[in-house]
Amino acid sequence: MLPVELESDLAAIVGPSHIRSSASERLTYAADGLPTHHHTPGAVVLPGTRDELIAVVGALAAAGVPWVPRGAGTGLSGGALATADAVLVVLTRLNRILAIDPGNQRATVEPGVVNVKLSAAAAPHGLYYAPDPSSQTACTIGGNVAENAGGPHCLKYGVTANHVLALEVVLADGSVVELGSPSGECWGPDLVRLFVGSEGNFGVATRITVRLAPLPRAVRTLLADFTALRAAGEAVSAIIASGTVPAALEMMDRACIRAVEDSVYAAGYPRDAAAALLVELDGRFESAVVAEAADVAAILRAHGARAVRTAADARERERLWQGRKKAFGAMGRLARDLVVQDAVVPRSALPDVLERIAAIAAEHRLVVSNVFHAGDGNLHPNISFDATDADELDRVERASAAIMAVCIAAGGTITGEHGVGVDKMRYMPLVFDGRALGAMHAVRRVFDPLERVNPGKVIPIHACREWAAA
Amino acid sequence: MGGRVSVAERVRALLGEQALLDPRVPDETPRVAPGSPDAIALLLGTAHAEGWKVRIEGAGTWMPTDAPADLALTTRRLDRVLAVEPSDLTVSAEAGLGLDVLRRELADRGVWLPLDPPGLAGRTIGSVVATATAGPLRTGFGAIRDHLLGVTFVTGDGRMIQSGGRVMKNVAGYDLTRLEAGAFGAFGVLVLVHLRLRALPRADATWVLEGSRAELTDAIDDIRAAQVEPAALELLSPTAARRDRWVAAVRMAGAPDAVAAAEAELRSASGGRLAPLRAEDAQRFWQHAGEGLALRPVVFRIGGLPEGNDELLDLLQHQVGDEWVLASPGAGVVRWAGDVGADRLHRLRQMLAAREVPLTLERAPWPIRHAVGHFGAYREGVGPLVDGLRRTFDPGGVIVTTTEAAG
Repeated sequence: MLPVELESDLAAIVGPSHIRSSASERLTYAADGLPTHHHTPGAVVLPGTRDELIAVVGALAAAGVPWVPRGAGTGLSGGALATADAVLVVLTRLNRILAIDPGNQRATVEPGVVNVKLSAAAAPHGLYYAPDPSSQTACTIGGNVAENAGGPHCLKYGVTANHVLALEVVLADGSVVELGSPSGECWGPDLVRLFVGSEGNFGVATRITVRLAPLPRAVRTLLADFTALRAAGEAVSAIIASGTVPAALEMMDRACIRAVEDSVYAAGYPRDAAAALLVELDGRFESAVVAEAADVAAILRAHGARAVRTAADARERERLWQGRKKAFGAMGRLARDLVVQDAVVPRSALPDVLERIAAIAAEHRLVVSNVFHAGDGNLHPNISFDATDADELDRVERASAAIMAVCIAAGGTITGEHGVGVDKMRYMPLVFDGRALGAMHAVRRVFDPLERVNPGKVIPIHACREWAAA
Repeated sequence: MGGRVSVAERVRALLGEQALLDPRVPDETPRVAPGSPDAIALLLGTAHAEGWKVRIEGAGTWMPTDAPADLALTTRRLDRVLAVEPSDLTVSAEAGLGLDVLRRELADRGVWLPLDPPGLAGRTIGSVVATATAGPLRTGFGAIRDHLLGVTFVTGDGRMIQSGGRVMKNVAGYDLTRLEAGAFGAFGVLVLVHLRLRALPRADATWVLEGSRAELTDAIDDIRAAQVEPAALELLSPTAARRDRWVAAVRMAGAPDAVAAAEAELRSASGGRLAPLRAEDAQRFWQHAGEGLALRPVVFRIGGLPEGNDELLDLLQHQVGDEWVLASPGAGVVRWAGDVGADRLHRLRQMLAAREVPLTLERAPWPIRHAVGHFGAYREGVGPLVDGLRRTFDPGGVIVTTTEAAG
């Protein structure tokens, strides 16, 4: 249980209306976007300014109470769950865009700024923030930093880590450090890249400086449909090997296509296709993008695409993308619960791995639909189920483990953009030996010696080989 | 430090006679060239137990091999390409492989590592990653960290750690891979790297423009405003460019249609003054610019904002001269080469720090590296974190490097 005086200390910092302590209020924060894990935090605090956040962390450090940073709670690995002995520090009120510097193509934001709002604010300058997770209308830049979030357009433009230049961070002991510089060069070893993707284990970012990119002037969006899943996977490999780097290269299988077409997000995807590829080409020059689109269309046809449709205008492009971006929502209609899985394989392994996943689904009597970043080899097998059915829940867990094993055996890994959180700790020993896990644990203790920030996540301590630093 | 005879004898007993290289002069530090990652782990584990200081070398063409140590360890026998995967656009190679050999093997398979670090052609890939020295192509393709998918490294106490992998996206665990990029060996010895590749560009063209620095600064502003997405956009001092005046150079690499469209745009942005280089001249131009840096005793890079580039060049000119300068205004990096002492470097670093501009010492004779440090001028609170990481990965301080200025 939390110390009694802590709540009044926190209330004195943020104001009583920004503390959630009743059981019903705390229950609201018992899960993130992953429906298989639940923990109710001991208290929830919502600081409204950077200084309040620093004071809150200082008070928690003084009280010796563990805490968990949380953005919008859209994470998919249970990474932002706090147990009853911990305080959840919610950052959604820290939602100010502090600076946009068009000449240098930089922006500085607070961690609670919603991803898509940064791009909206940069648009009048002809700029945008490139990483675009599917949850971008809700998720926060701070959460993106913690998870090293990706998105469809990361194929060409890179993930969060490629766009973060500098961070101001509050460490577990309440001290504040600045990492990186607005140029992207570091003051020493690259602690920015170490912090990005550390899932809240190293502290919390209070200010984030990112690179903005010029809005592409020419865009072409193609939809190709296939009668065989394998052919679609082979077309992906062929496009990658051709040298053209699409802005995005996304795949949807039949189950996903039908879920989308049955929903309000219907995008006109062919319902009888085994798979569809959504390919976007963009760039500075219309003529070059048109030529690239023609090259890609030829590759798609050569690999068995039944039809290749090009969006005629911005409205059609938006419709094609809406189906893709809202696919998770559409799949939510298939069953009571949905696990959005995440794994990565070498791109040439996609055809085989997709077939293996289909076999695993059949074996476990589960509906698995695939919608994913094919160009990066980043799979999202989505399992529809009913969490109140204990047997089905058990099959979901076993199928997830089997899918991870297949991806690892293909030379891949257990997560490409959702993070480890609590959900994937059990798979960590499958990709890292005790030495590597021990090293990671030791690195975490450099930043947070008492392991008070987001405890019990990412590193399975029992699997770590002991690491005795000097 | 341990006795030299005993260190050489121990190494001979551990790895066999063939692992020791003949000393170039009789009283030189013994040099060992292990033939496998396991041998490096064994060696560093022993060094940790014995309290030896070990200097890490690659091909010996970039960082001077002059740091005082009980033993010099070169990765040059770790020189195998383990896997080139053109359909995945990845390569896995041992860290002691020369960049020239790697480039040739990749070109034979139709793939390309868009990296043009300063230094001689045979510089090892491990050296490039450990020092994070990207060249002009950084403007279009990013820093070293942006090419890196995974590494295997051996800690100062002999533990082999695998980090990352050969997939495009990877958030399993903390990113120790990128921590190794630019750490100058402080966190271990790289033995294996996995890198992402591109297909060989079907068109690759370079244009140059000569003039005064002020004229070219304006021209570069215009080119940046045209947003042609250049592979490189570089401002070179006359000496660096081997010309009579300053040179602005633009390189476009990619699909023929894109390069052709960019050329038209570049002509209009520069008022028709940009002159194309023939392919072999372009290759020579970029190669000379990079190689020349390896001939200067001191090389450093500083990171500033694109719009502050001109001001940084002024500052350099006043403080240390601007004979040998290559600036990538789009990437926010300026590289300087020349002859300069520790005191002036120290003063320059402090002046730059006041402007929020980090200075990284990329190469210099040991006395200067030791006095100034590769980094220094840490922000408040960062030094203890770097020290903590250093103790984590090299608890005995076996690997000779300078993450902190001595003075």
